[in-house]
Amino acid sequence: MASVIIPENEAVAVKLPTDWASPLMRGRVAARYRAERLFKLLGLAALSLAGLFLAFLLFTIVRDGWTGFKHTEVRISVSYDPALLGVDPAAATGPGGLEAIRRGDYIGLMQRAAAQLGPAANVVSDGAWLDLRQMVEANPAVLGTTQTVWVPVRSSIDLLAKGKFDLKEPEISRGVSNDDVASYNLLETRGLLKTSFNTIFTGAADSTDPELAGVWGAALGTFMTLLVTIALAFPVGVLAAIWLEEFAAKNRWTDLIEVSINNLAAVPSIIFGLLGLAVFLNFFNMPRSAPLVGGLTLALMTLPVVVITARVAIKSVPPSIRDAALGIGASPMQVVFQHVLPLAMPGIMTGTIIGMARALGETAPLLLIGMRAFVTDTPQGFASPATVLPVQVFLWSDDVQRGFIEKTSAAIIVLLVMLLLMNSAAIYLRNKFERRW
Amino acid sequence: MTDIPARQADGNSAPMAHNVPVAAGRAAEAVTTKMTARDVNVFYGAKQALKNVSIDVSRENVTAFIGPSGCGKSTFLRCFNRMNDTVDSAQVSGRIQLDGKDIYSPDMDVVQLRARVGMVFQKPNPFPKSIYENIAYGPRIHGLARAKPDLDIIVESSLRRAGLWDEAKDRLNESGTAMSGGQQQRLCIARAIAVDPEVILMDEPCSALDPIATAKIEELIDELRGKYAIVIVTHNMQQAARVSQKTAFFHLGSMVEYGDTSMIFTNPVQTRTKDYITGRYG
Ligand SMILES: Nc1ncnc2c1ncn2[C@@H]1O[C@H](COP(=O)(O)OP(=O)(O)O)[C@@H](O)[C@H]1O
Ligand SMILES: [Mg+2]
Repeated sequence: MASVIIPENEAVAVKLPTDWASPLMRGRVAARYRAERLFKLLGLAALSLAGLFLAFLLFTIVRDGWTGFKHTEVRISVSYDPALLGVDPAAATGPGGLEAIRRGDYIGLMQRAAAQLGPAANVVSDGAWLDLRQMVEANPAVLGTTQTVWVPVRSSIDLLAKGKFDLKEPEISRGVSNDDVASYNLLETRGLLKTSFNTIFTGAADSTDPELAGVWGAALGTFMTLLVTIALAFPVGVLAAIWLEEFAAKNRWTDLIEVSINNLAAVPSIIFGLLGLAVFLNFFNMPRSAPLVGGLTLALMTLPVVVITARVAIKSVPPSIRDAALGIGASPMQVVFQHVLPLAMPGIMTGTIIGMARALGETAPLLLIGMRAFVTDTPQGFASPATVLPVQVFLWSDDVQRGFIEKTSAAIIVLLVMLLLMNSAAIYLRNKFERRW
Repeated sequence: MTDIPARQADGNSAPMAHNVPVAAGRAAEAVTTKMTARDVNVFYGAKQALKNVSIDVSRENVTAFIGPSGCGKSTFLRCFNRMNDTVDSAQVSGRIQLDGKDIYSPDMDVVQLRARVGMVFQKPNPFPKSIYENIAYGPRIHGLARAKPDLDIIVESSLRRAGLWDEAKDRLNESGTAMSGGQQQRLCIARAIAVDPEVILMDEPCSALDPIATAKIEELIDELRGKYAIVIVTHNMQQAARVSQKTAFFHLGSMVEYGDTSMIFTNPVQTRTKDYITGRYG
């Protein structure tokens, strides 16, 4: 047996009372305060920097983009001569009138009307004749009358009106011809131009002409795509999470599933595009560029995020609630759907919104399934060709025409507003669910 | 099994497969056996938490399980309403009967069993819903009330029985979780009562409560005695002495002694019981 040897004349250390006022101690306290102040300062600096970046981003986007919501129109008077137009007023009001109206020669009508502008006749947009046709469609009684109409001007005139060109530069490098400048000045001095809210931008789909291009088609495409995504990803993701958390036995297989899901969440989105291309387009022969396929592809991408966050939310519901419900004879299903799920819902909602926000801004996988198509019509259904906002931004930012610069920024604004609306809805829903008891 | 549980002689006992010897000299008043457990073993994985425990629980009495922490009291209690089913690793063997019917037989519906054998947990766990909803939930899922007036009656009578009506009647729509700890626990008792159980299991119902709230719960248990068969787990021996008529002492997964509370506390047969009662270990 080992014995402890205590040296006899070992000086016994006597613990002195702590001197809180000693210089050493004071130095330590001062150092602690210094470290704290420095940390706070660094945090504040980081926050300011982040805020500055955000403010700069928003500022440039809004500065470049807000003019996209306005456009310039020119006033002309149009005489709707039925003979020259080729539309019989009697047929126009009768049955099948719409068809009769559409058969008219509106391009010719527009050219005749624009001629009155003299040397500035070419300022009128190539698509302006559509406005004239719409007028007749809305009210066939205009046939045979002369009307004063505001029609959109070409993009370069529009940009001139918005002051986007530096007129001091030589013609070759400033992006707008001397003829256009002359036409603009002529019309401006005669008071024939006005700026108004751009209903073409907010109501139409893409076009090759900047002044006729609209964001509505892409916005609608985005909305429909996300609808498909959430309709699929939310229920499937939540049910998968419930099964994994509440019912699945903990064994090698469920471990494997868990690892796979976690890995899926980290897979680059373009891979999901390839998957969508291979499965939905090539195997199932679904239509190209359709919101349905886009939504399915994005649902694949969003699903792991929903599953993971839903599992975390379900796991954070205290087990005592399950015991309580089971203890008075609730079935496992009732426990899950009447107790666990309502309590987990705010968390699930947050996760889903994060996933949806990512899907909203996703471009790469959609390019692969053909959603970069040039679509000049607003989508008619889930299987008809469409594009989405981020892809539209991408396409416009790539366009050489100068008029698309402001459209790009304006489309980004629309995208951000959509994101904001979605997040607000999420916060509203979350609070509503949280206040349920 | 070395220790034979003492059991009261009962005239009109439910049918039992085999009889346990009756301890001589114990008071013989008429009681009905509500639940019986025979040779119950519980394993958590490879670890045995309960060894060959047999007991009879009567309808008229409050039965207390006492013993040091980790001796298997909760494990045993949770066998009576099959709450151990929810623990993946738990393996229960032996036979437990409710009114002579094996509750582990395949044709026993565990949902109905848990309505008949209610449970109150260690930590008050009201649903994060209104007080009214807390009580009404059980009757609703078991279809005990057709319409709102019926439900109202159940809610009121349950709260009255749990001695909570006066405190709760003006705030039925407030959250159950906003009440004090003692009130929450009585709410949980009311919630268990609302489905009209025959047995109420309580697992250390007062361990999270202050002395005043504890006294109220003990009072309540006394009032409920006779209406329901009550089994209460407690690590507080004074509490066992105050509220129970029968006491079982557990140690290291075995039931060491079972008998009238007065006998256990004044004249225990086993030395281990005596050591525990006198505070030698615990
Ligand atoms: N879910 C479980 N998994 C594994 N072991 C458990 C579990 N629950 C309890 N045990 C073990 O079983 C033994 C008895 O536990 P318990 O019945 O809770 O004791 P008591 O309620 O008497 O304090 C303890 O050793 C404990 O560690
Ligand atoms: Mg316990």
